[in-house]
Amino acid sequence: MTGRSRLPFYVAVFLLITAGISLAVWRHIELGIPWLTGEQRPVWMVEARVDFDAGNGPVLASLNIPQQPPGFSILSEQAASPGYGFSIIDSSGSRRAEWSKREASGPQTLYFKAQFVPDPTAQPAIPGRKPGTRRVFWEEPEATAVREILAQARARSSTPESMTRELIRLMQPDTRTQNTTLLIAEENYLDLLVGMLNHAGIAARTADGLQLEDARRRQQLMPFLQIFNGREWLTFNPKTAEQGVPENLLLWRQGSSSLLDVIGGDNSEVSFSMLRQTVPALQLANMQSASSGLGFLSFYELPIEEQSMFRMLLLLPLGALMVAFMRIVIGIRTSGTFMPVLIAVAFVQTTLVPGLIAFLSVVAIGLLMRGYLSSLNLLLVSRISALIILVIFITAGLSIIGYQMGFNTGMTVTFFPMVIIAWTIERMSILWEEEGAREVVVQGTGSLFVAICAYLLMSAPLAGHLTFNFPELHLVILGLILLMGQYTGYKLSELKRFTPMKVYD
Amino acid sequence: MDWISPRALNRLGMLNMNRRNVDYIARYNERSSYPLVDNKLKTKLVVAEYEVKTPRLLQVVRQQHEISHFREMAEDLQGFAIKPAKGSGGKGITVITGRDGEEYVKASGARVNTAYLELHLSNILAGLYSLAGTPDVAIVESLVESAPSLARYSFQGVPDIRIIVFRGYPVMAMLRLATTASDGKANLHQGAVGVGLDIGSGRSLNAVQFNRPITLHPDTGLALGSIVIDAWPQMLEMAARCYEATGLGYMGVDLVIDHREGPLLLELNARPGLAIQMANGRGLLPRLHTIEKLKRPHFTPTERAHYAMTTFASV
Repeated sequence: MTGRSRLPFYVAVFLLITAGISLAVWRHIELGIPWLTGEQRPVWMVEARVDFDAGNGPVLASLNIPQQPPGFSILSEQAASPGYGFSIIDSSGSRRAEWSKREASGPQTLYFKAQFVPDPTAQPAIPGRKPGTRRVFWEEPEATAVREILAQARARSSTPESMTRELIRLMQPDTRTQNTTLLIAEENYLDLLVGMLNHAGIAARTADGLQLEDARRRQQLMPFLQIFNGREWLTFNPKTAEQGVPENLLLWRQGSSSLLDVIGGDNSEVSFSMLRQTVPALQLANMQSASSGLGFLSFYELPIEEQSMFRMLLLLPLGALMVAFMRIVIGIRTSGTFMPVLIAVAFVQTTLVPGLIAFLSVVAIGLLMRGYLSSLNLLLVSRISALIILVIFITAGLSIIGYQMGFNTGMTVTFFPMVIIAWTIERMSILWEEEGAREVVVQGTGSLFVAICAYLLMSAPLAGHLTFNFPELHLVILGLILLMGQYTGYKLSELKRFTPMKVYD
Repeated sequence: MDWISPRALNRLGMLNMNRRNVDYIARYNERSSYPLVDNKLKTKLVVAEYEVKTPRLLQVVRQQHEISHFREMAEDLQGFAIKPAKGSGGKGITVITGRDGEEYVKASGARVNTAYLELHLSNILAGLYSLAGTPDVAIVESLVESAPSLARYSFQGVPDIRIIVFRGYPVMAMLRLATTASDGKANLHQGAVGVGLDIGSGRSLNAVQFNRPITLHPDTGLALGSIVIDAWPQMLEMAARCYEATGLGYMGVDLVIDHREGPLLLELNARPGLAIQMANGRGLLPRLHTIEKLKRPHFTPTERAHYAMTTFASV
C-alpha cells in the first residue's frame, strides 16, 4: 500500500460519529428530548380555588404559590379571575399570587392553575444565609416540661435530624408522659413542635403539602414540619416522624408565614383540585427548553414554515445514506446517482402507492410522447424543453382526472420535480434505443427499488423524529457515508457477477 | 442462485469495483488528465506526438452550421465512422461501411439517409452522448478495416483489443468480438465476446459472453481457443507509450488492427471495466501488486512491455 496514511481519516470519522452520538445523548439528558416519538409524561394540573366574601370596597387577595417544590418542576402557571388585576410577586423566600380589585362585593371566587412535572432531580435552592432560630418564652410549668422533653430527646440523639425524630416520637399519644400531656392540646401540636425545636436551637418551620390524586376535588393541605440541618431544609411528617417528601406529595407552601391573606373580605378559604394529564414528552421538552436557555439549539425556534422545510431537508441525508449503501455495498444499478433520493422525496409527499402509480404513469405516457418527438427530428435542447411542457400537461391531466374520479391523490403528482421526470424520460428512451429494453428495466427497477427503500427509511416516524430533534445525528450519517466511501470490498452483486470465476479457483 | 464466496474471489485476486475506484483510479489517475482521455479528439492529438497512430481524422464538426459541410465531405467516401468526442462506452458511434445510391449502409446492414446522419451529428453537438451532457464535438474518422485474420472471428463489427496499462506496464489484455446480441458493438455488457489474451504471446486463453465461458463464437461458429494476435510486442509497446502521453496510472487502451496501417489506437479509458478478468480467467490484483512493489520502474515503453511479457506470461 502506497499513498497517504488513512489513519487521520479514520480518526476524523470516529470523532464525527462520537461527536454526533454524544451531542445527542447530552441533549437527551439535558433537555429531556425523548428518543422515541410516542413517549408520554405525566403532568399534574393543580387548581387552587380561593373563595371569600368581599365587603363593598377594594380587595387584595394574596395566595402563596409554590416556588420550587422538591421533586417537581413547574411547567406553567395561570390565573383565572374575572375583573381582577393579577400579578405574581417574588419576594425573598416566597412567591405570592396577588389579585386586586377596586370594588367588589358578595362571594368571590379566584382560581390559580399550575402544571407540575414530576422531576426527581428538582430540589429547592439552598438558602444562602443560615436561617435564625426564634426564642420562645415559656411560662411555668410549661417551661420545665419543655426543658425536660428536650433533654430527653437530646440524650437519645446526635444530629438535628435524629433530635427531631426523637422529639416527635416523644410527643406521640402512646409514648406521652405527664410532661407532654401538660403541653399538648390537639390544635397547637405543630406550633408547639416548631417552638420547641427553635428553643433547642434548631431552625424549624411548617410547610403545607398537597397529596396528589387524580381527579380529586376539594383537597385540603396537609401540614408538614421542616427543619434546617445546617445545609438544607428537611421535611418531616409531624405525626410519624418519617423523613423526606413522600411520593406524589407537592409542597405547596414552604417558608412563608401565611397561605392566604385577604384584605377587604372575609370567610376566605382555599381548596385544591387536581388532574393527572399525560403530555407527549417531546412537547414537554420543548416547553421546558424554551425557558432554559438551551432552547435556541433547536429547530423549534424557527418559524413554522421553515420548520416544515427543514423537516424535509433533514431527511435527505437518510436517503443519501440509503443510496450510498445500495450502490456501494449491495451494488444495485440506478439511473442517475441521486435520482432515487429525489423520487423518494416525492414519495414522502405523496405516500408510496399513489406516488408510485403517478410516477409510473407519467413516465410511461412521457416515453410514448418522446417516441413521437424523436420522429420529428428536433434538436436535443428543444426536445427536452418540449418534454418538460408535456410532463406538466400530463401531471395536470392526471390531477384533473384523478380529482373528477374522486381521488385526491391525483394532485400529489405535482410534487414530482418536472425537470427530473423529463430528464428521466429522455435518458430512459435513449437507453432503450441504445442498450435495449432490458437495460431500461434493470436501471428503472433499480432506481425505483432504491427509491422505495429510501422512502421507507425516510417516512419512518422515528426517522423524522430523530433527524429533526437530534440534527447532530447527521454527523453520524456523514461519518457512515465517508466510511462507505472507503469500502474496497466486494459488492453483493459482484459475488453473483463473478460466479463463473469458480471454474478457475 | 449461484454465488461465489468473497474468500474465493480474494484467492483469485479479483479486482472489484470499489477497490478499483478507491485504490487505483482515485490514487493513480490525476483528475486533470481526464479531459484528455474523455475527449477522443484531444486523445488523438496528444498520442500522435508519442508515435501512437490513430484512425485518420476526416472532419471535425464543432458547430451546428458546419453540419452542412458534412454532406460535401462525405460525398466521395465509401466508409467512415462518426463519433462524439466525449462519448463513453461506444455510445453515439455510427459506423458507415458503404454506399447504396444516395443512402449510407451502416455496419449492421441498415440503410440510412443523409438526414439521419445530420440529426445524429446535431444530437452529438447538443451533448446527448457526452459524459456530463455538456455540448460536444463530432469527429468523423476514416473507417478501420480490420485485418482479415481477426475480422473473420467478429460478427459485423471490428474486433478490438483492450489492454489494461498500470503505471505504464501492460498487465492484462483481451480481444473483443462483436456478436448479433451486441449489435456490432464491442461492449461486453451488451453481449460482445471477450477473449482473454496471454500477455506473453498474444494467444487466446479462454472466452466469455455475458460473463459465461464459451468456446465457439455464437454467430460465426469459429473456435476461439487458438487465436493469435500478430505484431503483439508492438501493440504492447504502443499501449505502454500511452502512459507517457497521458500520465494516467491506471487505464484501458483500446487498439484495433487495420489491415493496411497495422495497430491503431481507438480510444483510452480512465475507468476500464472489470470483465477483462473473467475473459482471462484470473484476477488483476496479483499483477497490480507486482507492479506496485517494483523498486525501480523501467523507463522506456519497450522495457516495460518486455518486462510485462516475461513476468505475466501464462505459459
